[in-house]
Amino acid sequence: MTLSITRTTTRLCAAAAVALLIGACAPGGDDDDGGDGGEPTAGDVATDPSELGDITLTVWDQEVREGQTEQIEALNTAFQEAYPNITIERVSRSTDDLRTTLRLALSGDDAPDVVQANNGRPEMGQYVAAGLLTPLDDYAEGYGWFDRFPESVRALASYSEDGANFGEGELYGLPQMGEIVGLYYNKTKLAALGLEPPQTTEDFEAAVQAAQAAGEVPIQFGNSEPWAGIHEFGFVQNQFSDAETIRNLGFGRPGSSWMSDDNVAAADAVRSWVDSGYFVDGFNGITYDSAWQAFAQGTGVFFVGGTWLIADLTSAMGDEVGFVLPPAGASGEHLVTGGISIPWAIPANSDAKEAAAAYIDFITSSDAMTAVTEAGNVPVIEADQQSTTGLQSEVFAAWAQAGQDDLIVPYLDYATETFYDTITVAVQNLMGGQSDTTQFLETLEAEYTAATGS
Amino acid sequence: MQMISRGPGEPRRVAYLYILPAALVFGLFILVPLFRTAQFSLYEWDGLGASTWAGFSNYRDVFTEPQLRGAFVHALVLIVFYAVVPVLLGLLLAATMSRAVVRGLGFFRIVLFLPQVIPMVVVAIAWRQIYEPEGPLNDLLRAVGLDSLARPWLGDFTWALPSVGIVGTWVGTGLCLVLFLAGMSRIPRELYEAARLDGAGPLREFRAITLPSLRGELAVALTLTVIAALKTFDLVYVMTSGGPGTETTVPSYQVYNNAFLLGRVGTATALAIVLTLVVFAATVLINRVGERGQR
Repeated sequence: MTLSITRTTTRLCAAAAVALLIGACAPGGDDDDGGDGGEPTAGDVATDPSELGDITLTVWDQEVREGQTEQIEALNTAFQEAYPNITIERVSRSTDDLRTTLRLALSGDDAPDVVQANNGRPEMGQYVAAGLLTPLDDYAEGYGWFDRFPESVRALASYSEDGANFGEGELYGLPQMGEIVGLYYNKTKLAALGLEPPQTTEDFEAAVQAAQAAGEVPIQFGNSEPWAGIHEFGFVQNQFSDAETIRNLGFGRPGSSWMSDDNVAAADAVRSWVDSGYFVDGFNGITYDSAWQAFAQGTGVFFVGGTWLIADLTSAMGDEVGFVLPPAGASGEHLVTGGISIPWAIPANSDAKEAAAAYIDFITSSDAMTAVTEAGNVPVIEADQQSTTGLQSEVFAAWAQAGQDDLIVPYLDYATETFYDTITVAVQNLMGGQSDTTQFLETLEAEYTAATGS
Repeated sequence: MQMISRGPGEPRRVAYLYILPAALVFGLFILVPLFRTAQFSLYEWDGLGASTWAGFSNYRDVFTEPQLRGAFVHALVLIVFYAVVPVLLGLLLAATMSRAVVRGLGFFRIVLFLPQVIPMVVVAIAWRQIYEPEGPLNDLLRAVGLDSLARPWLGDFTWALPSVGIVGTWVGTGLCLVLFLAGMSRIPRELYEAARLDGAGPLREFRAITLPSLRGELAVALTLTVIAALKTFDLVYVMTSGGPGTETTVPSYQVYNNAFLLGRVGTATALAIVLTLVVFAATVLINRVGERGQR
């Protein structure tokens, strides 16, 4: 196992090193002006894709769950039938894999034409700041997206041109689906306990205690992939803090504090719920999929989960599962974490932007919203025009209420470019008993204040 | 008398032609990325936009940020599980197997070597299920009345790292065993006979003959397993994502996390360079020790 380095290879090494040092330039410094070349000016957007000539449209998506992949495949087929001159090349990856590869793909010359880019600061915010995504305002005007998509939806995929301000500025993506993280409950078990779905935090705690007394697992939960912790903590925080606070913290806007009394109360509640055994034993060692599958198989009265599980849970549990918004706590409102599914955006280096915009318009059309519904998801707009049954109709009711009463608050990891890492570790530490409430909140506060300068 | 070291017939320069293909591949896929990595590590760069010169501040971060330093500490713990324990176990098993006439020796050898053949991701998924709170390991513990020991192994702040380590032990032991068995089969039987005539017991035989003869194999086994420990990624990525908290982060995982998820390419590459140097140093050290013994 000894490496004998001959003189020749030494010389080669040296030569290669010199060549590289001379030829090399600072990383990312060469051609960073992408994004202004192919940008259309208002009014000249071609909205008839059939006139664009033969085009191969490369689309990167993460629609791999049950109900998602079928609807996108159906829409792709329909699109190609309507416009035979456009061929779609679909590349689908899991959310995590897409996130990892997207950074490299976007900055390359041979970028995909349509991608799903998570709208938070860790992803879309950075891409916008680096000039790697095409602003869509001109297309939005051409296709009438401003009329069809309400301000609240568009804001979640809007940034100022330098990526500094989230929630305003130009539109950079359009979502197909809405999503909220609500409370799934096992109807049979809750009925056996003689209880109604909880409306307030008090109701919820009483229900959880009743479940515990009856020997049931009160709250099913898996935090091995730590992002689930963001949802779980958000579920509790929504019952203690007001919408304004959570929105400031979540969007990374100045004006609030993690150390405020309501956030302390929320973190204290999480700790005491863990200590009282409200969550399933060993949740830090359970994967997200194991957790919802266990819930589907009848272990657990409650499960905090997103609307992306409707299709999976319906096929596993049928009519046995129900869905409500998080209970109302101090603020008296049923605040719910959520927003839009990962929006579809056009890379600045795409060479088929007009066809890409036509594709995005096609998969967010009214017909597409029906297809989204039929596949078991929540369409981001026009949900009230769809006909649904069972679990899906309960979710649609909750979604409609959340929209009407302005109850949706953002995912907490949107806040800063590295907040995902910070909060996932912090929640695992808090719920695992490794840090107390103060340490937990101080960690989050430090990053929040550093980013917002407040 | 002329001292010509060149071989008969051919001029020397042709030799460059012979090594050219290999040198090209090596240069293109090993050296170029390595130098680019070293270069990136001197910049602050998010992987997307423009970069700024950072000097050696990324390296300072590697040694001062508790999370990054912690990753190296975890790697050291893993060396015990990946290298020390498998080598010791391998020696013990090999010594036993080579002494006794074991029926079905080939079978046992295959079974013990099998983990080496299975892709690490498959290994990781299988063990993740074994370690689940309601998984087979806890079921077994409860079945024999050791309920107090049952725990969510990969979610436990104390036990997560050892749990990952044990998988490394399971994977590494077979490799060490096969290496040592091969080495032992090379030792002339006469040596053992002579030792026995001199009145040496099994332990003495092992210390005086087996161990010295296996020095080369030991160096190989240690090199391979220590490198495996230092560059662990797949097990951690699949089994724990570095959690709970940051209890199981390792350098390779932090490289991935910083480069692809956090957008800190400078820090990630600095970490990668440090890791490369550590692996290189460990390899040189182990081989030095191995060689010195052979003299």
